[in-house]
Amino acid sequence: MMPEPAGSVIRPDGEAPGAARPEPGESGAGRAATRQEHVISVRGLRMSYGHYEAVRGIDLDVGRGEIFAFLGPNGAGKTSTVEILEGFRTRTGGEVRVLGTDPAHADGAWRGRVGVVLQESAPEAWLTVRECVSMYAGYYPRPLPVGRALELVGLTDKAGGRCDRLSGGQLRRLDMALALVGDPELIFLDEPTTGFDPSARRAAWDVIAGLRELGKTVFLTTHYMEEAETLADQIMIIAAGRIVASGTPETIGGRATEATTVSLTLPDGLTPADLPALPAPVTAGRNRMVEIVHHEPVPVLHALTTWALDNGYPLSDITAHRPTLEEIYLRLTEDHRQGAAP
Amino acid sequence: MSVSRAGVVPAARKTGTASLVAHQTRYDLRAFRRNTRARIFTLAVPVVLLLILVALFRTGTVRAGGVTVKIVAYYVPHIAAMAIVGAGMINLLITLVAKRESGSLKRRRATPVPSWVLIAGDATTSIVSSLVIVLVLVAIGSLGFGLTVTGAAVGLAAVVTVVGAAAFCCLAYALSGVVGSAESAGPIVQLSTLPVYFISGIYVPDNELPHWLLDIANVLPVRPLAVALQAAFVPATNGGQRFALVPVLIVLAWGAAGLIIAVRTFSWVPRRSP
Repeated sequence: MMPEPAGSVIRPDGEAPGAARPEPGESGAGRAATRQEHVISVRGLRMSYGHYEAVRGIDLDVGRGEIFAFLGPNGAGKTSTVEILEGFRTRTGGEVRVLGTDPAHADGAWRGRVGVVLQESAPEAWLTVRECVSMYAGYYPRPLPVGRALELVGLTDKAGGRCDRLSGGQLRRLDMALALVGDPELIFLDEPTTGFDPSARRAAWDVIAGLRELGKTVFLTTHYMEEAETLADQIMIIAAGRIVASGTPETIGGRATEATTVSLTLPDGLTPADLPALPAPVTAGRNRMVEIVHHEPVPVLHALTTWALDNGYPLSDITAHRPTLEEIYLRLTEDHRQGAAP
Repeated sequence: MSVSRAGVVPAARKTGTASLVAHQTRYDLRAFRRNTRARIFTLAVPVVLLLILVALFRTGTVRAGGVTVKIVAYYVPHIAAMAIVGAGMINLLITLVAKRESGSLKRRRATPVPSWVLIAGDATTSIVSSLVIVLVLVAIGSLGFGLTVTGAAVGLAAVVTVVGAAAFCCLAYALSGVVGSAESAGPIVQLSTLPVYFISGIYVPDNELPHWLLDIANVLPVRPLAVALQAAFVPATNGGQRFALVPVLIVLAWGAAGLIIAVRTFSWVPRRSP
């Protein structure tokens, strides 16, 4: 009999052992080892449909307690990969271990440790929210109390309402409750906030961030870069069946070492030649807009602001801009977005 | 790790197989009770048909199984057979395809519940609703139109109903493989069952149908079910035997064939998915 894996229990009664994410520095050797453990480990994964190769040999590792964001354009092989990891699809080749088991041969005990939120909501028509969650709770050996699952996703006040009368966002939260009610260690979230309005999306992010606090491992696919940036510990970008970049939200795609773009609109009557001496060339754009791209923004800004103060120019639209995750993503996937396979 | 995590088992609750099926059936029955389409289709349609046919030919008689039978004693078992097909096969097929295409089956498949428990829940729901509707039809016949009912007749009719409903459930699972969407499920089954009802003597009494048509109907699953139910109420139509063994075996054979096809072709994931 194995001891309880850290953070696999969310009970209403008090803090579960290891429920909180260990603070850096206070994590003991055992904790550190737990964090290193790979909940998902994939080597050389391939998936073909006839002659079409959707996934062309990818490697990935997801550590326990991590939120892992898997990004990619439609048709990039994202859904195929997720469905293989969830045990819904049989791969063409490669090694896959999820919670130490090959999902192609997963049994009920394995499914009891994995929560899945599918890309599309599947309402149980005719049942109420509470009945639906109770029905799913009955499938698991040690489910959470139904009220606790509803509380985690913020659906307590809808418990008595029929599932087929929920809004799109509420339905996704119900999906999340169904994935959580079995108290899983690993949760797959396939585009969990697609179609949400901004406030519903932020509420969903709080729920997902809360899963990390409970020690859950989350495998997230999304089209929203802000979502990945806010939530993920690790990001991987897939395009045309291959991994094109991986890293943290801060470093992925060389983001940490990218140059900064300083841009401003020239005051009336001035030309780029009137600007002070700058450490990088000036590019002129439309409507007297100029840009200076340089790895060190401070000297550029210093020169410009000194010049503006001396001459009394407001430079009210001056900005220093580093590439967003979205820009990095678009650059990395631009060759693959057009003509992407279905 | 999943194997060594045997700690799950002692703490397990509600995972006894029988109680899991009961758990699933409870929710499936609750959903069925709230589903207006299912209620009208499986309960109201047979009741209305029985009332129309019996009221229309109230005092008449028909020849069935070589003997003369009162009209109510003919139509109660025949409409009951139709009702079992409706509850066992058609309603289940539509529900099943709708659940598959909405992703609900796939969603449930992602849980540790064994697949056969889900199937057993649906099948039990169909069997229970078949029993209810057959009971209602018998009650209407007996209270409203003087159908002679004995304990033996009702008991045997119930047994035949369970066998028939189970067999038609298997056929629903088999057919679900060829039906692509919930919208097309209704028209497809109506189109295929209506002619079978007609040649099986469900609407038009046996003595109005040519022999060769009845010969065809005898090897299809609907007429044997009707014949077995008829025998339960009027044993004389089956040479005095209340239990019509051969027709019941034919129904079972269809169920077995459906089961074999279902095991090979049943899909948990939506058709439209790549």
